[in-house]
Amino acid sequence: MDLDAEMMAFKFKVLLVGLIAGLIFLLPDLVMAADAVQAGGGDLLPAPKPTRADYLTVGGISSRTLVWGLAQMHLFLAAFVLAVPFFVLCIEFTGAVSKDQRYDAMAYEFMKISMAAYSFTALVGGGLAIAVFLLYPTLMGYLLKVFRGQTLIYAILFLGESVCLYIYFYSWQALRYGNRKWAHMSIGLILNTVGLTLMFVANAWASFMMSPAGVDPTGAITGTVWEATRNPLWNPLNLHRFLANIAYGGAIVGAYAAYRFLSVKTDELRAHYDWMGYTSNVIAIIGFLPLPFAGYWLMAEIYAYSQQMGITAMGGILAWLFIIQAVLIGTILLGANYYLWCGLGRSDRGQLYAPYVKYIAIVIIGGFLVWVTPHSLILTPQEIQALGGTHHKILGPLGIMPAKNIAVNLMLVFTFMSFQMFFRSSRVATVAWADKGNALVIALYTVGCLNIIGAGIYGYLTPTVYKVGASVPQVVTTLSIIIFCGVIDYFMFRGATKTKIFWGRMSTRSQYALFVLPVAFTWLMALMGYIRSSLRTHWHVYTIMKDNSPEAFIPTIGQAGNVITVITLAFMALILFIFWLSQLGATKQIEPLSDAKLEDA
Amino acid sequence: MTLLRVLVFSTSILLVYTLFANILPQVQSNPPAEEEPPVAGDLDQAGQIAWGEKLFKGKGTCTLCHNDLGRAPNLLAMDLNTVFADRLKDSRYDGAAKGLDGAKAIEAYIHESMISPSAYVVAGFGKKGSSDTVSPMPVISGPPISLSEAESNAVVAFLQDKGGFEVTVPLPSGGGDSAASSPDVTEEDGPAETAEAALEKFNCVACHDLLGSGGDVGPQLAGIGKRMSVAEIQTSILTPNAKIAEGFEPDTMPPDYKEQLRVSELQLIVDYLSTLAEPEVAQ
Repeated sequence: MDLDAEMMAFKFKVLLVGLIAGLIFLLPDLVMAADAVQAGGGDLLPAPKPTRADYLTVGGISSRTLVWGLAQMHLFLAAFVLAVPFFVLCIEFTGAVSKDQRYDAMAYEFMKISMAAYSFTALVGGGLAIAVFLLYPTLMGYLLKVFRGQTLIYAILFLGESVCLYIYFYSWQALRYGNRKWAHMSIGLILNTVGLTLMFVANAWASFMMSPAGVDPTGAITGTVWEATRNPLWNPLNLHRFLANIAYGGAIVGAYAAYRFLSVKTDELRAHYDWMGYTSNVIAIIGFLPLPFAGYWLMAEIYAYSQQMGITAMGGILAWLFIIQAVLIGTILLGANYYLWCGLGRSDRGQLYAPYVKYIAIVIIGGFLVWVTPHSLILTPQEIQALGGTHHKILGPLGIMPAKNIAVNLMLVFTFMSFQMFFRSSRVATVAWADKGNALVIALYTVGCLNIIGAGIYGYLTPTVYKVGASVPQVVTTLSIIIFCGVIDYFMFRGATKTKIFWGRMSTRSQYALFVLPVAFTWLMALMGYIRSSLRTHWHVYTIMKDNSPEAFIPTIGQAGNVITVITLAFMALILFIFWLSQLGATKQIEPLSDAKLEDA
Repeated sequence: MTLLRVLVFSTSILLVYTLFANILPQVQSNPPAEEEPPVAGDLDQAGQIAWGEKLFKGKGTCTLCHNDLGRAPNLLAMDLNTVFADRLKDSRYDGAAKGLDGAKAIEAYIHESMISPSAYVVAGFGKKGSSDTVSPMPVISGPPISLSEAESNAVVAFLQDKGGFEVTVPLPSGGGDSAASSPDVTEEDGPAETAEAALEKFNCVACHDLLGSGGDVGPQLAGIGKRMSVAEIQTSILTPNAKIAEGFEPDTMPPDYKEQLRVSELQLIVDYLSTLAEPEVAQ
């Protein structure tokens, strides 16, 4: 078979896979729409009401903690294996367009790590399925009735994901150059589409439990599966998880690069892993920067769906958790910035920007301190008496939303500034309008920051309900600064004179910043999962099916923190094992010399 | 050695987070305890008011929004005597209390705002984008709050008393409050398959003039589909006191149909009622 015929056959296969994938994506509508229960006809049974006897306890183990651990571990792994192919495809595309083989090699190395994690994802997923069906049979029975044919679609998608993933990985070297590269990237596109759909389907179940739709107030199924899927919180959750996955996946592979950087012996490999670590950090930041805004949207939709649920999160028992969240996000931003500042040492021109680092550090640390300042303080009665209340007169105002909105937006803006400084540190603009461009960038930062602060001050002067509204212009401002400065720099430094970047010229200490990111991200994801689940309070399905198990309470922050730490430690151990596995795959034993050769020697 | 350093470093960070989580205030949130309602006859009006306050601040979760943060009117800090009277005078108000006077009007207004919060939304407190036509407040008789009729009455009593009005809600009389109980329908009866069977099964015909029964305890329902929307008919069945027809007393219709009716039966009745023809006018 000549190359053209082979190519045609391959294209046909890709088309066939695409058609099957398309059918799978259309299937939900076909199955779900046809499955609508006709109102008024038939007997609509309400949701079951499980009694204490309906919950099985195995060997005195806490059922909830077991399911919590398995679900969180599955989510960690799934987030990683879904995110990696996404940015791998972007890197592969960059490599194909720029014809720089380094990108391709790095993308392949990222995939290798992801492949090792995939089997564990399926394994833990299987364990989770067994645990929930065994320990919460009434709830799972009800969810199965609500989502009917979707369960089958989920299974088909999972199979599709596995097939696409293996084809994508194992065809990498066979489809590396020319037109074949584009065919390979098409497989990557299908893989990502299937993976995202898989995540959206899983999200439908989780969000349905928070904001049920397609059922009446008694839980009787009155709508289609599509109506249950498209519940009020589904899309905000989809977006939030999609962005978080990218940031998380970037942070994990960044840790891998840092670990390799610290382990390898040659300068060449150190340079490779330094570059890999830098790219991972950029991916993590790109995923992370819009994440708080996706969080705002999710929270706004929660408030719109149920004001009670929103208040439970932000002003009720869970309010303190957002202080821990601030600590975690503060750690992530400090770690990411510190790494970028260290990166200025990679080029000789980087020293030009070094004097500005201290100002950025002041803003980031200042913002961090504002963010962790609580509104109400934990005080003894004597302290309350001495202070004249639970709110400190000067620091108290820093505990409410307007101050925190200013802080988080400025932290994001200045994190982008750190990235922009590193980008510029190896380039000299040659366009005639470079001075004007720089002036415009400075103006954007200045006006933007003033607007963020101004909108925050306005937030103090309005009733609580409008405070959240005041955050919208702040968000828009932050995004505008990032987008416009990015566009200006792109055009200003097109064709710029590039100065040498000394990859590998990084301190050992800087690499530890890349370990801070995944540790904080993992803990943060588990914390957010705990908050999201707790919003349902004592309901399996909010307002529809009560949780009557012995563990229908929201645990204390301390108890939750302990469980989260144990899950994170287990995940870290697993990830280290995965790193070791992918390293093992690249290790070759040197062929022992035969006796004859030994004699020759 | 590198692996060990990385492990120690990462674990140290984790321990800092764990420590921080453990030094914050530790509160466990338990599901609301199922409290037994006061025994009928044990409660005087003062007791009912105190019970209402307890519900307002506890099971009813009213203070979650009705506080000084501006999400809902801060009822505990307001002069309810003036506020409620002003609300009833509002030109936008067209609810159940219209046409009633004195404390009875206040009772109807408070009750309606709990059962049907969107019937009248105080300016500035509506859902975003609804121009104050949709309230963010949940229906307190439905989940997750699920106050019973007696509990709702107790909250009304507390607010009436707080505003300096005469308390007009009846004391709980055990079982079905002051309203009649719905007929005892058991699961063994099976679901009604036609609207006529459903109307017979739930004894609607005893009070309303339906299927030629001639009942006159409840309002005439012929032509109801032109006067009320499907949703309003449904609400009137499930929450009879949400809107009382002119000339009829509240607490007459059984309040527990929402527990007795199956969804399919409710649908049959609502469909039937919404298509009932107008009464023939005598020549």
